[in-house]
Amino acid sequence: MRVSNNPYSPSQVLPHHDGIQPSDGGHLHKNSGWRLYLQTVIARSYPRVVGQMRDVSWMFFDTLLPLLSVCTYVFVYRAIHAPEDYIGFVVVGGAMIAFWMNVLWGMSSQLYWEKEQGNLALYIMSPSSLMAMLLGMALGGLFSTSLRALMIIVLGSLFFNVQYAIASFSQLFAVFILAMVALYGLGMMTSSLYLLLSREAWHISNLAQEPVYLFSGFYFPIKNFSFWISAVASLIPLTMGLDAMRQLVFKTGPTLGFVSVPIEIIVLCVLSVVFLIAARFMLAYMEKLAIREGRLTENRR
Amino acid sequence: MQSTDLQTTQNPLSIYSRSFRVAAWLGWQIESNWTDPFLFAVYSIIKPLAGAGILVVMYSVITNGNFASPIFSYIYLGNAFYVYVGAIMSGISWAVIDDREHYKTLKYMYVAPINVPAYLIGRGVARFLVASITVIITIIIGFLFLHVNINLASINWLLFLVSLLIGVIMLALLGLSLAGISLLIVNNVWFIGDAVAGALFLFSGAIFPLEVLPAWLRPIGFAMPVTYWLELLRRSLVGHIAEAFPTLQSLSNLQLIGILLGLTVIFGTISFFLFRYCEHVAQERGLLDMVTNY
Repeated sequence: MRVSNNPYSPSQVLPHHDGIQPSDGGHLHKNSGWRLYLQTVIARSYPRVVGQMRDVSWMFFDTLLPLLSVCTYVFVYRAIHAPEDYIGFVVVGGAMIAFWMNVLWGMSSQLYWEKEQGNLALYIMSPSSLMAMLLGMALGGLFSTSLRALMIIVLGSLFFNVQYAIASFSQLFAVFILAMVALYGLGMMTSSLYLLLSREAWHISNLAQEPVYLFSGFYFPIKNFSFWISAVASLIPLTMGLDAMRQLVFKTGPTLGFVSVPIEIIVLCVLSVVFLIAARFMLAYMEKLAIREGRLTENRR
Repeated sequence: MQSTDLQTTQNPLSIYSRSFRVAAWLGWQIESNWTDPFLFAVYSIIKPLAGAGILVVMYSVITNGNFASPIFSYIYLGNAFYVYVGAIMSGISWAVIDDREHYKTLKYMYVAPINVPAYLIGRGVARFLVASITVIITIIIGFLFLHVNINLASINWLLFLVSLLIGVIMLALLGLSLAGISLLIVNNVWFIGDAVAGALFLFSGAIFPLEVLPAWLRPIGFAMPVTYWLELLRRSLVGHIAEAFPTLQSLSNLQLIGILLGLTVIFGTISFFLFRYCEHVAQERGLLDMVTNY
């Protein structure tokens, strides 16, 4: 059946295949419920996982460049004759920065980029859940960023001969997983704010880099801050995650920890639950607000 | 047919000056008009101050707050002035990305009667101004609260101003080369300014003496004009402290200025021709109006 008179419309240019024809009397099968949710998660994580296999330039830009920063801070510690474990602190902190950057630019700001490119309105119109899309972004981002972080740790450890003394693999695994769940939950929660933001989105993300590096203690133990500064900084999951990891993988770690590892695990559990629930509610609220104020298709450049 | 009263100019210097001035004003508007001036000021200084804060805490943790040590002034001042490197170089190369990918106006720049290198350098002026405020505030905080050993009476102002001027020109020319490369690359074009700034941060001895680097890496630092520029700025502000470090101890201020000037001319010439070459290739390949959506 001719659908369009336009000779360049897809229905004219693309040959018809039986495989894409509705097979049940004109009704296409559509997933809904948890199947659609899962399908959305997989679809949104797919480009983040596959994209990096197709374009390997990230190995230079996302691994070598952070490694330069790591090297710089290592040499600062060497210049002031810091104990060797501090070199390891910098390497591990430098690797964990990759996750913060991914949450900041690949999660929170992502909805702003989508708005800029005109995709956001399509997302909202589709029957898929925005939460599922963000979860897909998170899982895809987590996978690709883990590769980057691993490369930074391996190369940094080899360059600077970092010595690890892992106290408990199970606790280390638990801390890492919980820190990631809480961190990406935070990313999903803050991304709802970006539904409303315009040009300022880029600046806000940019502003959230160095201050977080400072207060989350990426390059030094946060115990050196006062208790209350460390406590407030612990609202960012990487603060406690990093502190716990240092305690678990370095010999001098436990003496430099902010609080004990079990307490940090409990706090990370609480943060994970709070951020994920808050993300659910904030996304729903912000979506309504953005629709009401006409911000979803706004492009003020 | 009546002649119009529109005035055009064929004087290259005039075109250069006009392109630079208008680009500087445009750059300032783009940088600052997304929010109110107060928030913009806060935003502009928090990021670099946090960067300085990281070094201050790292130093404090290891030395128990011995800020009177010469190495602290070395680190602190190097880091403060390094703000210029990232700001100017990234500011100029970012203009290409902004105009091509975001505003989609780069193609119009090429059909307008302007000098494109002057326009791009002009776009970096806003970041230079913001960086200047940041550098001043960082140094004042260091002087007032962190015992950075600056003696106002013994500052060599002439050396400071001459070094600063040469350095800013050198950084602008390096930024031009990055702008040229930005015209050609697609992926990761966003990071090129940060990439080069990050590499220079490591190799120029900005925040640690070059002796700390492995011997095989030091020649890279000695080939970089930024190394000599930072040394001159330190010497002009805290001469006796900066000269205590062995890296460039054997060189006088005049010799350092000579080396900086020489390297600026060499890198500047390379940058200019690199930009022109990249521009030519971009025109040949039709890349000037490319939108990558990265």
